[in-house]
Amino acid sequence: MSRRSVAALLTAGAAVALAGCTSTAPPAAPSGGAASGAAAPAGPITVRAADTACQVSTGEAPAGTITFNITNGGNKVTEFYLYGQGDRILGEVENIGPGLSRQLIVEVPDGGTYTTACKPGMVGDGIRAPFTVTGAAARSIDTNAKLSEATAGYKRYTTSQVEALVPKTQEFVDAVKAGNVDQAKALFPVARTYWERIEPVAESFGDIDPKIDGREDDERDPGVGFTGFHRLEKDLWADGLQPDSPQIADQLMADIKDLQTRVGPVELTPVQLANGAKELLDEVATGKITGEEDRYSHTDLWDFKANVEGAQGAVAALRPVIDEKEPTLGPVLDERFAAVEQLLEGYRAGDGFTSYTELSPDDIKKMTDAVDALSEPVSQVAGVVTS
Amino acid sequence: MAGFSRRKLLGWTGAGAAVAGVGAVSGYAAGHSSPQGAPGSDVVPFRDKYQAGIVTPAQNHMYFSALDLTSTSRASVQRMLAKWTQAAERMTAGLDTAEHGALPLNPEAPPADTGEALELPAASLTVTVGFGPSFFDKLGIADRRPTALADLPPFTGDQIDPARSGGDLCIQACANDPQVAVHAVRNLIRMGFGTTSVRWAQQGYGRTSSTTEKQSTARNLFGFKDGTNNLKAEEPALLDEHVWVQRGDGQDWMTDGTYLVARRIRMHIETWDRSSLNDQESVVGRTKGTGAPLGQVAEFDKANLKAIDANGTPVVPLGSHIRLASAETLNGIRMLRRGFNFVDGADGRGHLNAGLFFICFVRNPQTQFVPMQRALSRSDKMMEYIEHTSSAVFACPPGLGQGEYWGQRLLEGQV
Repeated sequence: MSRRSVAALLTAGAAVALAGCTSTAPPAAPSGGAASGAAAPAGPITVRAADTACQVSTGEAPAGTITFNITNGGNKVTEFYLYGQGDRILGEVENIGPGLSRQLIVEVPDGGTYTTACKPGMVGDGIRAPFTVTGAAARSIDTNAKLSEATAGYKRYTTSQVEALVPKTQEFVDAVKAGNVDQAKALFPVARTYWERIEPVAESFGDIDPKIDGREDDERDPGVGFTGFHRLEKDLWADGLQPDSPQIADQLMADIKDLQTRVGPVELTPVQLANGAKELLDEVATGKITGEEDRYSHTDLWDFKANVEGAQGAVAALRPVIDEKEPTLGPVLDERFAAVEQLLEGYRAGDGFTSYTELSPDDIKKMTDAVDALSEPVSQVAGVVTS
Repeated sequence: MAGFSRRKLLGWTGAGAAVAGVGAVSGYAAGHSSPQGAPGSDVVPFRDKYQAGIVTPAQNHMYFSALDLTSTSRASVQRMLAKWTQAAERMTAGLDTAEHGALPLNPEAPPADTGEALELPAASLTVTVGFGPSFFDKLGIADRRPTALADLPPFTGDQIDPARSGGDLCIQACANDPQVAVHAVRNLIRMGFGTTSVRWAQQGYGRTSSTTEKQSTARNLFGFKDGTNNLKAEEPALLDEHVWVQRGDGQDWMTDGTYLVARRIRMHIETWDRSSLNDQESVVGRTKGTGAPLGQVAEFDKANLKAIDANGTPVVPLGSHIRLASAETLNGIRMLRRGFNFVDGADGRGHLNAGLFFICFVRNPQTQFVPMQRALSRSDKMMEYIEHTSSAVFACPPGLGQGEYWGQRLLEGQV
């Protein structure tokens, strides 16, 4: 949660509320391709994921809407990705439990060489294979169509993150309620990852964000308590579980489900996408690099990584428009996103990241430099896509 | 010019300020001749044989920043320096960093110029750029580093903080309005993200040196006139001898350039203030009132270092600052000083964190600054009241020709 002014929250809240009124649609399952529609979709491609294998039924597909049906036959939770040049994520499905099947629908308008990857255990580079896209989708050269594609693509991203956030929060909440402190501590940063990736969207609901992600020292109306992730973080790491911890956990779960129903109808504009990416990096600069956000657990680098991934998701969705309007910007964005990722990889510890308390001033300076370097070109995106 | 002119917006405010300035000056005693700042003269030419901000009449405020390279790509450094040059040229003319910079036509875009200098005059802004010793190694051009450009050795009594010393590049912005100076540095820092990152920065107010005969000698935080014997813009032969790098000195790209030495000198003003006037004057070697050397009458009288009083004691004490820092004692060594006072808040122990941000420009730091500082650090009675807390040296390339950018001769020359 950012420490921005109440006014900003209210404005955003009002805008979203308006959008919410126009639609009563349930939260959308990943439903792709609405905007382009021109290329005939190929039949679904099956992906048989296992702990040591990633069998993709074909290594080739025509440009346009491509659908992957992924089945996890392994024992580890897995993920499936489609990458473009420079490991740009074109689409991803995360958190596919053993025995489960999920679908990834992705828009690939340009022919070329891409990469598929399964990530058993959700770590590392995954099991990769080249994937060729042939031809080019007959997409509209109209920028408005590209912008619609962008917002539709980001909406799918947001939806996929919320779909993972719900079960991951449930696991965390269950561990808290079972009094299993060690397990809850391990699940805390994992659940937050999905939250942090889409934080600007969640923040656009002015009332939900303070409940889910507020800090103890935030100003609250009389009678409103300190709830959400950080209250449970304090219980787990500082105070020990409290008599009301189970109720706080239930409340968190209810708030996350509330978020899920409210995210569905949200219609984001391209400018909101671009500014969301910028805000995520602002969050890194003011909340994570400072160690402010996760002050009890010191799992700030998990959130850092998730914020950067979320920004990358938004920028990736806008990329076709960026490339059309300002071709020099995309390569700079690629290079700087890659530099931040490479830097963060140096702080991996086990499945996660080094504790914030172990960072030296020099580490923090390097992170600040890398985030400044990335944030400047990201801040240009809103202007470029509206030019 | 289609750009958003800060000066066009100036209106009556600027004119009023300029007139007020003239009025204030005329109230001073004779000897304070009219400074620059008369209407229309607040723009210092950006392109010249030498970089501005060196012999330019010392402005009243300074913002200085040292930066480190975060990229080792020579091409990105060149691109950044070209952007810096373009923006600095506009800012010194009283404009924003780019056309429509402060107020972009597209309201969804972040303004390219940060905007806090809108409506402010050019304020004699000068922007001076230099390269530190480490710049050359990082870019793989160590063979182009002048031998004169090397980190300074440690001196007796130094309390150097590495976090505010050194740096791959420096930006010195001076102006008669502090906001104009900060604005200039801030915008260049912003353009550098991804290529450079700020290493340290220092704000300075109240010039402690005069660099032209037209300026009066200012006082430092010890309350004394400082730099009476400074080299002046009106002494071109002396500047060639002591300040400007001459052809044949070493690297050709540095011809007409100079070296900047920066030393942040913390002054223990609280203990100084408790010293008697006599003690203060014998530490400095001048009278506090007129600034005359001890034994003389007027500020610009030549000090007589051989004079002995009735008790056989030197009139200008052996450990006094002006004796040790004099060209006479230092075998003819001179330099152009261009320092500023600073008060960086409180030190947390009940004292002000105050002092002098010493800057000098020399033709060769190793043969000019080093021997002088060695002599001062060992014997200067003033050392009891000061400590040097930072140290940096930069090679400032010559002034820029039309269309040239900072460092072009260095980075595009035959390597």
